[in-house]
Amino acid sequence: MTADWTSLLFGKLTLEAIPYHEPILVVTFIGVAIGGLAVLGALTYFRLWGYLWKEWFTSIDHKKIGIMYIVFAIIMLLRGFADALMMRFQQAIAFNGHEGYFPPHHYDQIFTAHGVIMIFFVAMPFVTGLMNFVVPLQIGARDVSFPFLNNFSFWMTVAGGIIVMISLFVGEFAKTGWLAYPPLSDIAYSPDVGVDYYIWGLQVAGIGTLLSGVNLIATILKMRAPGMSMMKMPVFTWTAFCTNILIVASFPVLTAVLALLTLDRYVGTHFFTNTDGGSAMLYVNLIWIWGHPEVYILVLPVFGVFSEVVSTFSAKRLFGYTSMVYATCVITILSYIVWLHHFFTMGSGASVNSFFGITTMIISIPTGAKMFNWLFTMYHGRIRYEVSMLWTIGFMVTFVIGGMTGVLLAVPPADFVLHNSLFLIAHFHNVIIGGVVFGVFAGINFWFPKAFGFRLNAFWGKMSFWFWLIGFYFAFMPLYVLGLMGVTRRMSQFEDPSLQIWFIIAAFGAFLILLGIGSFIIQIGYSIWKRDELRDETGDPWNGRTLEWSTSSPPPAYNFAFTPVVHEVDQWWFMKSNGYRRPLSGFIPIHMPKNTGTGAILGALSVVFGFAMVWHIWWLAIVSFVAIIATTIHHTFNYNRDFYIPADEVAAVEARRTQMLPAE
Amino acid sequence: MSANTSHNAQPSGELTFYLREEHHPEQSTMLGFWIYLMSDCLIFAILFATYAVLGHSFAGGPDAKELFDLKLVAINTAMLLFSSITYGFAMLEMEKGNKGLMLSWMVVTFFFGACFLGIELYEFHHLIGEGAGPWRSAFLSSFFTLVGTHGLHVTCGLVWMAVLMVQMNKLGITAANKRRMMTLSMFWHFLDVIWIGVFSFVYLMGVL
Repeated sequence: MTADWTSLLFGKLTLEAIPYHEPILVVTFIGVAIGGLAVLGALTYFRLWGYLWKEWFTSIDHKKIGIMYIVFAIIMLLRGFADALMMRFQQAIAFNGHEGYFPPHHYDQIFTAHGVIMIFFVAMPFVTGLMNFVVPLQIGARDVSFPFLNNFSFWMTVAGGIIVMISLFVGEFAKTGWLAYPPLSDIAYSPDVGVDYYIWGLQVAGIGTLLSGVNLIATILKMRAPGMSMMKMPVFTWTAFCTNILIVASFPVLTAVLALLTLDRYVGTHFFTNTDGGSAMLYVNLIWIWGHPEVYILVLPVFGVFSEVVSTFSAKRLFGYTSMVYATCVITILSYIVWLHHFFTMGSGASVNSFFGITTMIISIPTGAKMFNWLFTMYHGRIRYEVSMLWTIGFMVTFVIGGMTGVLLAVPPADFVLHNSLFLIAHFHNVIIGGVVFGVFAGINFWFPKAFGFRLNAFWGKMSFWFWLIGFYFAFMPLYVLGLMGVTRRMSQFEDPSLQIWFIIAAFGAFLILLGIGSFIIQIGYSIWKRDELRDETGDPWNGRTLEWSTSSPPPAYNFAFTPVVHEVDQWWFMKSNGYRRPLSGFIPIHMPKNTGTGAILGALSVVFGFAMVWHIWWLAIVSFVAIIATTIHHTFNYNRDFYIPADEVAAVEARRTQMLPAE
Repeated sequence: MSANTSHNAQPSGELTFYLREEHHPEQSTMLGFWIYLMSDCLIFAILFATYAVLGHSFAGGPDAKELFDLKLVAINTAMLLFSSITYGFAMLEMEKGNKGLMLSWMVVTFFFGACFLGIELYEFHHLIGEGAGPWRSAFLSSFFTLVGTHGLHVTCGLVWMAVLMVQMNKLGITAANKRRMMTLSMFWHFLDVIWIGVFSFVYLMGVL
């Protein structure tokens, strides 16, 4: 009788789910608990809760939401990188019958969590954050099309991240690899809650991603300043536009396929089971129809970042703007017809494999065109080797190597040898670290002064860059070698002692990257400390080219006192060279959206709902679901969503800026 | 945007860099909602594709011919199509500013939508009673999921409609409410289009 009641109250959740018998997790938990309590204590002591809630959590200002996305991504980067370090050390020592630190069932969770977190909760929020912050400023808008939806999207992303993080201390995470292929992920072979954490974490975050995609497409199509035709949009905005089209056209596929997997696990349907007519290959096809566009979702915006950085620090117009736009669009379309190259070995036949092999190779053409455009932009330019520019050059070298190994893998016979080997692991880290991560750091160094009004310290920025760059080569070149020798991925221990030296070199590389991440954290802390020396009062610290540099740093809530009128792609450059004078009078009231806490509340309720579904706590799932619907409906009864910033206030803000600027 | 290109060429030769008056970008709600609908359409596309792949995996269980009752489905389809017409009437009354008539057409629409759902639930109940539940075979899994997802959307539409009726009644035909009515209209007709697909590909092709 008692057992009945506890299962009714707590579902599958028992005390056994708390991993107190795993010393590594206990120590981690103690560390996280102490750190967390310290942060919470500090926030309470300095009475920051009200400030955070009012100025940040409920903010519908695209700039603040963008910054919050990036802060979230940095936190999750630390978690994802801790997983990476653990894997590298495990593989460096697990030889000659030594089991290493982790038993296989724990090691499997670590590589799954590493992949899931790095893609969904590090790379995605990084690029979404950059797009959120930069796009409205670049197109001369006051905010995005749907400011509340933007806040809601952010909190859903965070909610998904929290659900995944809970699995570290309550229960366990998936042991299936980051795409959770069935039949392994079906209930028959993964009866524990790991896959459920995976499913609900991704579903909740996926809603946020999708809505943010809808929002940014509408913003770019409808909110551009007068005069900005599509072909006068800055390249970063173009890449953001294509990225969000990819998001809207691919994330529903992920939602649908995960929903089918959910039904298999919860209802007992037979979509992907081995029995009763199910087809596991259907899942593999569907998840990669989402998964391949996903990698372009990550890399296209950073192509945009590099384009802005290269032209700014070469003090030249971007070479081949039109070809850049077309290359981006071609990549957008091609990214949908290459998915099968992820499973050439699974028996589709020679004709199908040839088709997908050829389309994959074709993608390298527009990407190569971009590479040449950046090179020609630098040619005869006055290049300044600021930190963003270093990241860009590091990217150009590294990404080309990654691209070439990618074309190699696109050849089906070669793929039959290299499929699921460490060569593949080396390849995709080569393009994701060399592309996305380097691009994000270039972007952060580039736009940080715009966001906060002071630059980042260059010395620690350079330390971070060199540690990352050298660390990357040490960590992943050995994996190419090992892959060519036939070592497969996801192994927790090895038999052949001659391989060990390569894993030790790779572990050393991971240690260098650790120093790179440390330098980045120091860079931020040191810059905050020395912010008065690094202050940017002009709003245009790099002699920029596009509209975001025409307003103050940080920009006022309304971005632009008067809506800009656009004549050129490099509009701010055009304004500077054509005698633009900042307007000093005639300010008008500005129409702005109001803050709301609904997004944060819905995010919190989604965490509860996800947790309840993971543990089969049905009453809690029902209660939280009803609460989500009720909160949503309640929100629709709020018609009073905007206000006017009075002209006096605008005048006062602008007058303060006038005082900061050098007299003209 | 094209209307604004006149700003580019100032006759006097003086360049304008900003607007002196407040700039009002076009409303984005319709476009945004349309984009959302297209993403929803993709979810259905995946479910249709899944049905196409698994629709003949009967696993020794019953097939479409044995299970589907075309007469019932025809009545059901009629319910949904009627509800779309009556929603159209509600939109016309809204344009004329007739709150009362608009609300009555919405009630009629709601009724037809609820009938559709009721009949669908009856069909599901009947199938499960015959031992042809979604766990019987991959064919039935994909059938229940495709039709059920559509039904779930209709349910959301009905909740939305009920809330909107309250809001219309309370605040009248304001610009914000008109916009909501318009987006719900898009949603409702979208579900009709999806149902035409379900009716043709699942039921008709299954039985004929």
